Amino acid sequence: MSVLRERVTMVWLGLIVATCVTTWGLSKALFSPAVAVIGIFTIAAVKVSYVMLDFMELRCAPIPVRVAFQAWPVAVAAMILGFWFATPAVG
Amino acid sequence: MSTLSRTGTVTTDRAKPRRLPGVDGVWVAIGADSVIFAILFGSFMQARLHNPAVFEASRHTLNINLGGIDTLILLTSSWSVALGIQALKRDLVDRAPRYLLGGVLTGLMFMVSKSIEYFEKYTAGIAPATNDFYMWYFTLTGIHLLHVVFGTSLLAYLWIRSRRRAYSSLQRVVPECVASYWHLVDLLWIMIFPLLYLQKAA
Repeated sequence: MSVLRERVTMVWLGLIVATCVTTWGLSKALFSPAVAVIGIFTIAAVKVSYVMLDFMELRCAPIPVRVAFQAWPVAVAAMILGFWFATPAVG
Repeated sequence: MSTLSRTGTVTTDRAKPRRLPGVDGVWVAIGADSVIFAILFGSFMQARLHNPAVFEASRHTLNINLGGIDTLILLTSSWSVALGIQALKRDLVDRAPRYLLGGVLTGLMFMVSKSIEYFEKYTAGIAPATNDFYMWYFTLTGIHLLHVVFGTSLLAYLWIRSRRRAYSSLQRVVPECVASYWHLVDLLWIMIFPLLYLQKAA
């Protein structure tokens, strides 16, 4: 078992890069708040999806269970963005 | 990948029976916990809707670097535990303890990081009663931290048992249950971090 050849290692590397992009890239003032927030929560939903599929092994789970769990990051990100756009601007 | 069975029929990975790791009950608990957190996230956003200026000003007092490092710690922790399960599946029982220990140590690192963050807030005179944002900040991070403490304790138990070769490819239900719970702890933080620390106001 070579750790470097494991799929979970590739996924972990991708998640680390995505975290660095959102934390130290998209959160900066370079982007408009709307672009930053959409980008940050879309990436968060994708990250959660990969954690479910590859770390939690839902890729091999019964399809209904997989669909139910995969709906969670989509629903949560959509709800947060919905509230965000409904919230009055500051300043 | 396809393989030729003794009867001469070709089977593919797709033909493998689909299964959930661990036992079904753990997945019910994971699903219920996920729904509860989704409701908490919605309640946070509703509170923010009524007072965005206070939420934005308070958000700026949070330590984004520590929050980002916390995310990297938990992702690494999940990866290490996932490798431990892969090792057990292949009966590499000597390797599993080191990966599970990695999960324990990174869990402890997260607790230390959160303690530093709470201490920073305490010395700055910030408490849950300071305003609505901090009430939500301490509630969400506090409930999540309890999950981390519980999960780290379970991983420590697995580590001790795995050193005694208690688990293998045929005996991995308990490690799979704990691992699934630990990955839930990771994915909840993946949403909590941007919700509290990175969500700029319009």
